[in-house]
Amino acid sequence: MSALILPAMLGGLTTGAIYALVALGLTLIYGVLHIINFAHGSLLMLALYGVYFLHVWLGFDPYLAIPIIAPLFFVLGYALQRGVIAPFSGGKEQNVLLVTLALSIVFDNLALYFWTSNTRTVAVSYAYTMVEVGPAFIPLPKVIAFFAAMLCAAILWLVINRTRIGKAIRAVAIEKRGAQLVGIEVEQTYAVCFGIGTACVAVAACLLIPTFYVTPQVGYAFVLVAFTTVVLGGMGSFAGALVSGLLLGVIEALCGLFLGETLGQIGIFVAFILILLFRPAGLFGQRTA
Amino acid sequence: MLEVAGIVAGYGPMDVLQGVSMSIASGEIVAVLGSNGVGKSTLNNVLSGIVKPRAGSVRFMGADITGASPSAIVAAGLSQVPEGRRIFPNLTVRENLELGAYRRAGARMKSNFEHICDTFPRLRERLGQLAGTLSGGEQQMLAIGRGLMAEPLLLILDEPSLGLSPLMVEEMFNLVQRINREGLSILLVEQNVVQSLGIATRAYVLEQGRFALEGAAADMLADPRLRQTYLGL
Repeated sequence: MSALILPAMLGGLTTGAIYALVALGLTLIYGVLHIINFAHGSLLMLALYGVYFLHVWLGFDPYLAIPIIAPLFFVLGYALQRGVIAPFSGGKEQNVLLVTLALSIVFDNLALYFWTSNTRTVAVSYAYTMVEVGPAFIPLPKVIAFFAAMLCAAILWLVINRTRIGKAIRAVAIEKRGAQLVGIEVEQTYAVCFGIGTACVAVAACLLIPTFYVTPQVGYAFVLVAFTTVVLGGMGSFAGALVSGLLLGVIEALCGLFLGETLGQIGIFVAFILILLFRPAGLFGQRTA
Repeated sequence: MLEVAGIVAGYGPMDVLQGVSMSIASGEIVAVLGSNGVGKSTLNNVLSGIVKPRAGSVRFMGADITGASPSAIVAAGLSQVPEGRRIFPNLTVRENLELGAYRRAGARMKSNFEHICDTFPRLRERLGQLAGTLSGGEQQMLAIGRGLMAEPLLLILDEPSLGLSPLMVEEMFNLVQRINREGLSILLVEQNVVQSLGIATRAYVLEQGRFALEGAAADMLADPRLRQTYLGL
């Protein structure tokens, strides 16, 4: 039995890296715009279809689709915030919640209408190529997904902490008026931030599809785990999303090992409740009065 | 350099400013005095583009900036150091100063940065520290330093002495005088009447959304109405 635990944990880390990437986008949007983006899962679904059709119609390898899908979804996210979410919510947080929920309903049903509820998969030649990682054999796409997701997280961290726009994003997140008065365009910064969050989801879709599938409902499976990841890590915390994403991936894999594959996600939510009992602000959350 | 004519502005059904006109010439320190709630901050926010006026016009350096966006106004050379400082507590002192040059004077960021660190040696000692951990006086220095990073032509200071110890207040007014001597025009919005008039060229007294008094600062200090209302003499 113990010979199975380490391989399961390593496999869990590769899933966890995707959770972390999806959650990083969500936590960035929450941390800066202070909105909960219900459309996050639907955007992931759209990106999965994007990669799928690029592959089927134009023969693009899912990984080579990243430089196309990620900028495209950055623009989509930017436009959604600028053109739909900001104008329709009128600055009220409860409205934003409804607008993003409405967007997700519209996207999901448009997908259902145009692409039906059939489950689609991308068949790549290397899907079952196994890589020996210590004691475990892990499918090549999962190994790639892990390292690519970590690379993305590192790039995102550099952008937020080391660039001019990153500084502006952090400034707007906590001191909107001060940011306006130094000449930062707050609405534009919000949209950039939403764009970056959406691009994270698009990269996740490219990394995911070689070992996963796409249906119009596929977003739900991820968005629930992504919300859990964000809350567990501490709302708006970058490190929190990263660590708790990886942690939940491992917990899920271990539960899958002991309780059976289909019950793996039980572990995620049990861990969630237990951790929040002892750390109500999440792993990296700051306690507020 | 700044001409304000007939500004009406407010929130909801209320007009906080009911027709305010003023002007600032290059090199002046102009004080706007008044107690809480008479519309001082609303006036600043109209000048900075955060509140759109319902009537009236603002001209800066000959151009109409009425209703322009805050970033366009900063780009034109009008910066505000707001009441309550509004620094970025989650960023370091260095990052706060760098963001001061976000919209203007970015090319000369390094030399301006050095100059501001020379003006505020306390900030230089704390460049790597998060701004939220600074004392009140240091935060005010940082807010002014951040404002100066944009090389403004006119700097609005909204209640810079608020919440500072008497010693720091003294230092603050000396500092305002010093940066004015370096050629910067200043609009000083204050409740601290005596010290403001001590350094200002001219002053306006705002009451209930209108200017009740205006004139040379020296004459104001001698004005019996002002002495009665604000100094209790």
